[in-house]
Amino acid sequence: MIAELGLAALWLAAALAGLQLLAGALALTARGAALAGVVRPIAIMQGLLAGAAFVVLIVLFCQTDLSVKLVAAHSHSAKPFLYKFAGTWGNHEGSMLLWVAVMGLAGGFVALVERRLPEPAMLATLAGQAFVSLGFYAFLLLSSNPFERLAVPAVEGQGLNPLLQDPGLAFHPPTLYLGYVGLSVAFSFAIGALVTREVGPAFARAMRPWVLGAWIFLTLGIAAGSYWAYYELGWGGWWFWDPVENASLMPWLAATALLHSVSVLAARNALRAWTVMLGVVAFSMSMVGTFLVRSGILTSVHAFAVDPERGTFILGLLVINIGGALVLFALRASTVTEGERFAVTSRESALVVNNVMLSATLGIVLIGTLYPLLAEALGAKVSVGPPYFNPMAAIFVLPMLVVMAIGPLLRWRGDAFSRIRAKLIVPALLAVLVAVGLLSRASVGLLPLLGMALAAGLAVASLLPLRGRKLRRTPLPTWGMVVAHFGIAVALFGIACDSAFSTERLVAARIGEAHKVGPWQIKLERIEPVAGPNWTALEGKLQASYSGAAPIELHPQARSFWTPPQQTSESALVTRWNGQLYVVLGEQAEDGRWQLRLWWKPFVPMIWYGGILIALGGLLALIGRVLSDLRRIMAREKIAFRRERQGR
Amino acid sequence: MSPLKAKHQRLVLLLVAMTALIGAALLASWALRNQASYFYVPSEIIADRPDPSRGVRLGGMVERGSIKTAPDGVTITFTVGDGKARVPVRFTGIVPSLFVEGSGVVAEGKLRADGTFMAENLLAKHDEKYVPREMKEMSAEQARQTVAETR
Repeated sequence: MIAELGLAALWLAAALAGLQLLAGALALTARGAALAGVVRPIAIMQGLLAGAAFVVLIVLFCQTDLSVKLVAAHSHSAKPFLYKFAGTWGNHEGSMLLWVAVMGLAGGFVALVERRLPEPAMLATLAGQAFVSLGFYAFLLLSSNPFERLAVPAVEGQGLNPLLQDPGLAFHPPTLYLGYVGLSVAFSFAIGALVTREVGPAFARAMRPWVLGAWIFLTLGIAAGSYWAYYELGWGGWWFWDPVENASLMPWLAATALLHSVSVLAARNALRAWTVMLGVVAFSMSMVGTFLVRSGILTSVHAFAVDPERGTFILGLLVINIGGALVLFALRASTVTEGERFAVTSRESALVVNNVMLSATLGIVLIGTLYPLLAEALGAKVSVGPPYFNPMAAIFVLPMLVVMAIGPLLRWRGDAFSRIRAKLIVPALLAVLVAVGLLSRASVGLLPLLGMALAAGLAVASLLPLRGRKLRRTPLPTWGMVVAHFGIAVALFGIACDSAFSTERLVAARIGEAHKVGPWQIKLERIEPVAGPNWTALEGKLQASYSGAAPIELHPQARSFWTPPQQTSESALVTRWNGQLYVVLGEQAEDGRWQLRLWWKPFVPMIWYGGILIALGGLLALIGRVLSDLRRIMAREKIAFRRERQGR
Repeated sequence: MSPLKAKHQRLVLLLVAMTALIGAALLASWALRNQASYFYVPSEIIADRPDPSRGVRLGGMVERGSIKTAPDGVTITFTVGDGKARVPVRFTGIVPSLFVEGSGVVAEGKLRADGTFMAENLLAKHDEKYVPREMKEMSAEQARQTVAETR
């Protein structure tokens, strides 16, 4: 019964999205102006219904209702509760329902709280949001119905891919989707601005919190996904330039560029057309990512759908949405009036460089990701990996990091470099010292060397905007910028250290034998069988001691799941302040020895600490912006209230 | 430098952005020509040997009875065949759990001048749903032949 309720809610939501589009578009004309009042309530209702449909699916998964096809195909009664719950989005239909639910709720939230946009722009924005949603509702209802019943209920479910049976599943996909789909708001804002031709500081200030919010979730989702892949796959790497990872990186690059160009637009009324373009590009990248991941043209743990019909459907949506937006842009961009001018040495200029570099990096990643698909269409099978991505991305990212150290010190409008030269001596000197110190150790590669030197310089430079300020008086958005930039330095340091100083050992160990990796001494005590709720495993008991300190017990496992039958390896990690020990248990050789793969990865956790700092910086900026908006609204109301009293 | 005229500034910005993006695209296409790793089946890699310094992928069936473990306990050698040709492969590391004789594999690595393929990474079927893209394309006929021949 409740599956039917979910389906009904979904159909209703889709119908309301159609109504929202129609009412929004009509209300923009002189005749339909009376409809303006209904658009916001419709958007809120639509969001709530889509959210309700998603909640229904969660309930079905939690109850393991095997009469629902989706549950029977992807869940199992013996699965731990967390994975029943999180398994809701561990499949194609469920994840697409999450997509439309987030999209509907985001649109509803905008309708509920956004009061700064002029009414026509708001109507156009909500109509745009409805238009995009409508495509995804159609996709869900016509080709991926999550609530489809089985004629005969299944006796038992087929289970969830064991690689996904990890607490990461509860966190990574929802955050990533909040980011991906949150960018649809920026997209709709851009459409609204193009339709009404209102691009200016007010538009930028209205758009900024939404971009920030999506960007924070995207950052967290990527960081979480990377850490999950790092410990779950047992390969010791944290980023593989896999198309699926690139699919999440591309919207992030675009959103990061957008975040900075929105600041220029808000502060200086420049970069108008460019900002609107980035709003379109950022969500387009989310859709391209979804297409790559969900269409089945790539095979990975993320590609649930291998149905070519679905791929064609998503491609169609992609062409309509992106193509439509670009056509609108081409028609209207020339009518967007020119922004303010600015000097070459200024905050704006640094942000322009940041934007160009981010866009170039985005281009590099996009080309590298699409190239194998294009080559395959021409009959050649190729794959593109780190040998392409690492140096190519570095060419644009490293100079950008230098500008990142300088830019925040420059003033808006125009500045002289001589004014800030003195401030930059310390970070520059530090970077050079680190580089020289590393050069004397010879074995460090060029990219890690540059990475560590720049990280050291940037870490100091990123704090400089706080110098000479009263810290308690410093606005939150400034704190946000400082924390996020510092986070970039921290993550960069972790990345460079991992690639420069990681040591790896692969050994075949007898019981009782000890092996060294970096400063660690690791002894294999014994191997024991253990059992979990839906798996059995061989578990190694190891004693690891860090340069002679008291030993720590480690338990890497080789797990065998039975529904579906599959093996996974659970790595064992020991985190210290200066790095991470990473142990994977392999197979038993014929002579009875056990394969162990051991890594000592100095400072590798800094990659994710950095990621968290970056998101935290975004959060501080968001809180600061929202608070100042609230203060402004309250002040305005106070004045209005006083006037009213005086008038009386 | 004094502020430029608005129109000129727009032009300069456009030029800078275009130059950077076109530069990125040119750089990318140049790098892809050198860095993309091509996929081969054994008969192709023997007919058209890639440069020993170039990373490539080799896909085929692991021949039955060919997996041998070296005395160090972590290095294995095996033969990959496609029904027409066979290539010896050497790999040091923990093999994927579904890597078994008579099943498909994709090895990433380099072909040494002596004809041995030094694999840095092995991709095997994770489950019936997750198959390396190249392997899925290996025709069922080809796979059956390979298995039949090596049995």
